[in-house]
Amino acid sequence: MRRLWNFPGGIRLPGFKQLSNSEAIRNLPVPERVYLPLRQHIGAEAKPVVAVGERVKKGQLLAEATSFVSAPVHASISGMVIDIGEHTMPHPSGITEDCIVIESDGEDHWYSALAPLADIDNATPAQLRDAIREAGIVGLGGAVFPSAAKLKPPRSIETLIINGVECEPYITCDDLLMRSSAEVVLRGCLLLQRILNAGQCILAVEDNKPEAMKKLRFALDIMINADEPGVKAIELVGIPTVFPAGGEKQLIKVLTGQEVPSGGLPYELGVVCLNVGTTAAVHDAILLGRPLVSRIVTVTGSGIKSPGNYRVPLGTPIHVLLDAAGGAEGEAELIMGGPMMGQRLTTSQAMVVKGTNCILVNKPELQTMQMPCIRCGRCANACPMKLLPQQLYWHARGKTFDKLKRYQLDSCIECGCCNLVCPSHIPLVSYFRYAKTEIADQTFKHKRSEESRLRSEIRQERLERIKREAEERKARRKAARSKPKVKKTAHPAEEDASQTQEVSNG
Amino acid sequence: MTVLALMFGLGLGYAAIRFRVEGDPMVDKIDAVLPQTQCGQCGHPGCRPYASALAEGSAEINQCPPGGEAGMRALADLLGRDPMPLIGMEDDSAEPSPMVAVVNESTCIGCTKCIQACPVDAIIGAPKQKHTVLEDYCTGCELCLPPICPVPECLTLRKVKPTISRWKWNLPLAQETEQAT
Repeated sequence: MRRLWNFPGGIRLPGFKQLSNSEAIRNLPVPERVYLPLRQHIGAEAKPVVAVGERVKKGQLLAEATSFVSAPVHASISGMVIDIGEHTMPHPSGITEDCIVIESDGEDHWYSALAPLADIDNATPAQLRDAIREAGIVGLGGAVFPSAAKLKPPRSIETLIINGVECEPYITCDDLLMRSSAEVVLRGCLLLQRILNAGQCILAVEDNKPEAMKKLRFALDIMINADEPGVKAIELVGIPTVFPAGGEKQLIKVLTGQEVPSGGLPYELGVVCLNVGTTAAVHDAILLGRPLVSRIVTVTGSGIKSPGNYRVPLGTPIHVLLDAAGGAEGEAELIMGGPMMGQRLTTSQAMVVKGTNCILVNKPELQTMQMPCIRCGRCANACPMKLLPQQLYWHARGKTFDKLKRYQLDSCIECGCCNLVCPSHIPLVSYFRYAKTEIADQTFKHKRSEESRLRSEIRQERLERIKREAEERKARRKAARSKPKVKKTAHPAEEDASQTQEVSNG
Repeated sequence: MTVLALMFGLGLGYAAIRFRVEGDPMVDKIDAVLPQTQCGQCGHPGCRPYASALAEGSAEINQCPPGGEAGMRALADLLGRDPMPLIGMEDDSAEPSPMVAVVNESTCIGCTKCIQACPVDAIIGAPKQKHTVLEDYCTGCELCLPPICPVPECLTLRKVKPTISRWKWNLPLAQETEQAT
């Protein structure tokens, strides 16, 4: 039995998981149209490689990755590309970004060029990583960081943690995945372990998912009995149900007792942490040759008629998914993600993207009246990052951003624990989100202004140099002609000369 | 006493030469706060001249609209002056949205006038060739707009397209029932 640690703070929450975890995953029928954003991940936007009017098949590359931290986009249905343009994104702002729109041809053909990686047993880690990169796999737990980049840490890794915790209330997509495809998840673990050459692999599941644990244990026992290579290093660990145990840093603390340094990343401790959904996608990419074109989405909440889990082609409009789940009842709030960390959407026209793990439709609750902060300190007790939310709130309201940096606002994971325990119902996380984006904007503007300053200084220098050179030329010519009767400077001519020079320089 | 005075005098005199500061550090500090659009809306030919004028005390701190409310406050802090409403924004309107210049490539005649006007070299092109604006470097200073550009409807400003990565949350409305007053 592995020793487990506690992380500071956190709260026990009612799960509401039984709403959506009683039925098997259903396949969503192929939607009429899908809208595939070029940026569904952290990093640079993908670049389209198809044109409007082109026929594409499911799994075909639509847009390629443009840098190390980027991910390609593949067709999630077969049909015709009818538009490459801006569409509403699943984001609280309702901002539009570039998407590739495919109209379905009613068939659901996989792209014929797809093949699993040849000679998997002898493939090098670099080859496996490339397969993951080409499949467009990103962190499916919601952080959407390109997985191939995460699998190339700058130091050796001892521990691979596969995150099947799913600590947010209502969400059950990982639970259902582990129940239905336990073997797929375990084989994904083996592949990831090979890529990282990690000594141990811990598959962590919260103890409110006994069914998933049973299925995983069963599949693992079969694999151990068959004496498959590497399988003995996999360890199944049930962890106590405390929110947010599924946060990367919290999970590392629970399993290893180590704390990721503030501003640092897990690899610094020799740990890499990936979600079970990502692990299954890695399996599909390497062993079946299937790029990431669909994902499991939980549709749940008090405002939906038949909650459940659906395998949804990426880019499917959310209203199509809601209709499949029986439609929303009356007026309901739409949240992408869970009730704690999810983001409110303004429209169901937006699409399911790689990071969409849950669509939560809840009947609107009574608005609670916000009261002044009484500095009771409950938020600080609940904070899993050991921050002081009451201080952060104070300085965010007062817009004293330098103080916020000192109180480590960057470390806030926006888990929402402080919000929930606040007896004055202050929306603390909203203040932190405001301050974070405001600071990011100021930093960006400052960087831009530094660049502008440099460019303007270089320009000034150049203009002066051109002027000086023109004068020197004139002086030389004069000296050569040795005719001192011409007047000393001829301004207009000089300026003309400098201007043409400058233009040719530019 | 006299010896002491002489010693200190010599010491100070030496220090004045040894630790002489090149340029004016105050101007540098002020310049670092300014947005570097080089737009000249303050009535000075660029951000640095405005910084010099502020350091001398010959300019007000509210002359820089691109810096916005935050910029004015930063100047007020730095110079120990009282905040005042920005010029052209006395009506307390919202922060102006960032703009960039765009060249209409179908009407551009390649006159290079905008290239010469751009204070940050953000327009490229050659005589009788179409010009284009490097959006990442354009500060939206408006110095290239007509009448500098001789062709109507050629050089225009448009809003910078908002993206999710640069989108900002609003400060939540504090609807507290009562303030502890």
